[in-house]
Amino acid sequence: MDRYDSIIVGAGHNGLVCAALLARGGQKVLVLEAAAAPGGLAATREFHPGYTASVAHSISGFSAAVSRDLELSSYGYNPGENPLPLIGLSESQEHVTVSRDSVSGVSDADSRAYRDYRRRMAKFADALKPFWSKTMPRIGPGSLRDLLTFAHMGWSIRKLGKSDMQEFMRVASLPARDLMEEQFSSELLKASLSWDGLIGSRMAPRSPNSSVLMMLYRMAEDGRGLHSIPAGGASGLIAALQRCAEAAGAEIRCGTAVRKIAVDGGESGLTATGVTTAAGEQIAAERVVSAADPQRTFIDLVGVEHLDIGFTNRVRRLRCDGLVGKLHLALDGVPEFTGLDAPRGRLLIAPNVDAIEFAYDDSKYGSCSAEPVMELTLPSLCDSSLAPAGSHVLSAHVMYVPARLKGGWTDAARQAICERSIARIERYAPGIRDLIVGQEFLTPADLESDYRVTGGHWHHTEFAMDQMLMMRPTYGAAQYRTPVPGLFLCGAGCHPGGDLNGLAGYNAAREILE
Amino acid sequence: MSSYDAIVIGAGHNGLTNAAYLAKAGLKVLVVEKNDYIGGAAVSRELQEGWQYSSCSYVCSMMRQAIHRDLDLSRHGLLLVPYLGTVNFGDGDERLLAYHDEEAAHLELKRHSPHDADAMHRFQTDLTRYSQLIRKTLLRTPPDPTSFRPRDIMELLFLARTFWSLGEKEIYEYVRFFTMSAAEFLDDYFENDMIKAAMASPGIIGTALGVYSPGSSYILLHHVMGDVDGSIGAWGLARGGMGAISHSIASALKSYDGEIRTEAGVQKVLVEDRKAVGVVLENGDEIRSDIVVSNLDAKRTFTKIMDKADLPDGIYEKAKNFKIRGSSGKVNIALSGMPKFTGVPDNPYLNRGGQGFCGSLETMERAYDCWKRGRWSDDPFIESVIPSAWDPTVAPPGKHWMSNFIQYCPPKLADGPWTPEKRDAFGQTVIDKLERYSPGFKDLIVHMEVRTPHEIENEIGLTEGNIFQGELTIDQLFFNRPFPGYGQYRMPVKNLYMSGSSTHPGGGVSAACGANAAREILMDLKRPNTVPEDDFYDE
Repeated sequence: MDRYDSIIVGAGHNGLVCAALLARGGQKVLVLEAAAAPGGLAATREFHPGYTASVAHSISGFSAAVSRDLELSSYGYNPGENPLPLIGLSESQEHVTVSRDSVSGVSDADSRAYRDYRRRMAKFADALKPFWSKTMPRIGPGSLRDLLTFAHMGWSIRKLGKSDMQEFMRVASLPARDLMEEQFSSELLKASLSWDGLIGSRMAPRSPNSSVLMMLYRMAEDGRGLHSIPAGGASGLIAALQRCAEAAGAEIRCGTAVRKIAVDGGESGLTATGVTTAAGEQIAAERVVSAADPQRTFIDLVGVEHLDIGFTNRVRRLRCDGLVGKLHLALDGVPEFTGLDAPRGRLLIAPNVDAIEFAYDDSKYGSCSAEPVMELTLPSLCDSSLAPAGSHVLSAHVMYVPARLKGGWTDAARQAICERSIARIERYAPGIRDLIVGQEFLTPADLESDYRVTGGHWHHTEFAMDQMLMMRPTYGAAQYRTPVPGLFLCGAGCHPGGDLNGLAGYNAAREILE
Repeated sequence: MSSYDAIVIGAGHNGLTNAAYLAKAGLKVLVVEKNDYIGGAAVSRELQEGWQYSSCSYVCSMMRQAIHRDLDLSRHGLLLVPYLGTVNFGDGDERLLAYHDEEAAHLELKRHSPHDADAMHRFQTDLTRYSQLIRKTLLRTPPDPTSFRPRDIMELLFLARTFWSLGEKEIYEYVRFFTMSAAEFLDDYFENDMIKAAMASPGIIGTALGVYSPGSSYILLHHVMGDVDGSIGAWGLARGGMGAISHSIASALKSYDGEIRTEAGVQKVLVEDRKAVGVVLENGDEIRSDIVVSNLDAKRTFTKIMDKADLPDGIYEKAKNFKIRGSSGKVNIALSGMPKFTGVPDNPYLNRGGQGFCGSLETMERAYDCWKRGRWSDDPFIESVIPSAWDPTVAPPGKHWMSNFIQYCPPKLADGPWTPEKRDAFGQTVIDKLERYSPGFKDLIVHMEVRTPHEIENEIGLTEGNIFQGELTIDQLFFNRPFPGYGQYRMPVKNLYMSGSSTHPGGGVSAACGANAAREILMDLKRPNTVPEDDFYDE
């Protein structure tokens, strides 16, 4: 049999996007996925007989460009009609509902402020948007192309105009809390709008430098960061990507874990020549493209013996500890949230920014939040295939749940935070307990073992100023090429970063095909 | 007809420096000060007969050498003495002794961790290297990145070149350093928690961030980028207390025929057709001048001594949103003798330098958590110095004066406003902790001054008692300080300038803010520049 052009390690959404594009580029592509089904963190899992859920329970800002280039719609991807509103739950039943252009449940002053806030943030997000789908220039004696990229980046900021540019330079590094304090008076609104700047990262409302950039990153697409549940749930996207990749001729082999990336030293020096699977099978290829996180790729799969020590140190330095736990509840009925007509949307349990901050404080010392904050959805409301008729799935992102729990993760510890989370939900949805027929709590440590993501980190490595743009994951590997010729990265650990937008895989494929 | 060319509001060290350089250029300058003493936060006061209290700032390192020499401050009585031998006290009985002798220091570190002993040299070299870049900008006016004026473009190019020439590796290290948390930064070097804590302490002093907060490693750098006699990162004491610095600058100012008027608080800046034309004092006196320089912090300047009506739209709001958070306390103690600390060998240096009470990063961070919740920690971080061990002029013979700086202390308490009782309770917390490490300490106390952010704000006028005149976070640094678009010392009202630490390069007794402001003013007046270039004979 003839040799593969590219072997892609991991069939997460970035791996699949990359596979599809390479296959379309005429390459013979093999995608190896350790799990039984593709999808990575976006794969669905049956956590209770008949009930399935995905770690990524909703999708925000999957790149329209990627979807267009891959004609995903013709493979059955339907981003879902009306985006989910963001609903900040209040124990006094004065819920705040944030939708794309308006907010309800707050004072007139706040809703006016929200419109201005939205307009300005959208403008900033648009200024940054071109960065995300570009390959970052390499610092130093750069090629003309690199210099042009820098010039373009500078210009798109300058284009904002004097006052907006000044505001951008100030706001970009602001802690979420300060940004909110400046605009709004409603505590619940402040907390709700901070949420997307924090979740998935080791950041709290008072943490400077990165959370506003995270918000803007998530607002880059037309959805402006609002989430939607595509037809068939998050897995609808994965299914479409899989069909698309396979239609292009890519071969996807699930249940095949990669143990090592084969690196051979010919007279031309070290190059990646293929992979060795867990079963010991050796598969040769022109190049290996890893959708796995940088630490797993370089430390585990390649092995430090093939890398320069300085580079290894930088990879080891990457901050990869996740802080988000995942709660799945199987419910035989629609839970009733007091004061809410229908639990349709992303329901936030975070009464004020301090509640988030204080929840974070516990995690700094290696314990779970005493009073966890969380985001709930009932994906089954949009996708009946997830649960038996009349039954429903509640899916919650719970913060803050440290990957490295003091004393280590035990079933008792998992049970405790699970119980605490349910108790917290109960305060807003009394009686939900009677509906529970099955439950599961995934800690970041579980995500690490089940989905092979170091630290169970959503974005493979922290989305922070020192780990983004030409620093993601670190210099020497920030242009999708790595110090090992023939080895490329295409996962969330490289520019632009995590979330289900497919850009990392998209950019990587472009570089490889060049 | 103006009676003065320039009026400077506030006789802090930056205000005095600014006035000195304006006077040196031949301007008729008046400095007005609300207190009956000068110096602002760089002050020595005899609160107890025979003792000179450096009530606020207590050690000096950031003073720009170029200014020191240019104003000939030594001739005006300024003598800076580097102090040695800091002892860090662990939560238990561990001690980390900082010997001045390199080998002794290395052995001491080795006692705690051989790994860290080796890492220390690398750590200090890196820190020094990072500080070089910022040091280059201290006596320069930040460019306005939104402007197309040749001067700004040239300055931007200068910075871009300086930064670019660092190369990929260094830029990566810098970006990490400038944006990450002190704790994460230290994790790259050290394993021993006590050593980390000792090294982290400059990263929290004066800031409303914790050691685990992103951005705190910059604060760490801000505290070590100074120098004493050219040794970067060294800390010194001013003979006669911090007031000696202000007094020497004041003496320089007077030698250029500048005037200082104390007990002359400004009630309002006079503005006529969008130009600052003078000030109205609290006693009603009106003094007119061509130029008004505010040495107060940005928030106080625009929300307290100016009419909202006199300001262009949006400035008042900008000032209201200016982040200036009180987070520090101070307990100044007159002692009848030198306190003896347990577990510290009797070494001529060790008992004379500073003491750091910071057992672990977690203890420091938990103190920050308390601050967030509007209380102070029962186990606060304390940095102490006993200047009288080096300087006989600040306490009577055989007696001593001790400065204790406490992080964190909230500007507002969860259970209502500060009261004298609460203030004393705070002081009690501090001396209780000191007593733990030095049995019998309390019996040595002759007199004690406790200063929470509340006192600091009311006595010195620093909003919320923030010692930097504004948080040192990226959104308020360099050309963003105090607000984007106003990073060049000119304020939105014509002929109004700012010279305090609310401007670049920020807090610390550096005199750089005042000097930079003077350079800009003289440029606008088309006068020859009297402000020196910074020089780096140490690099």
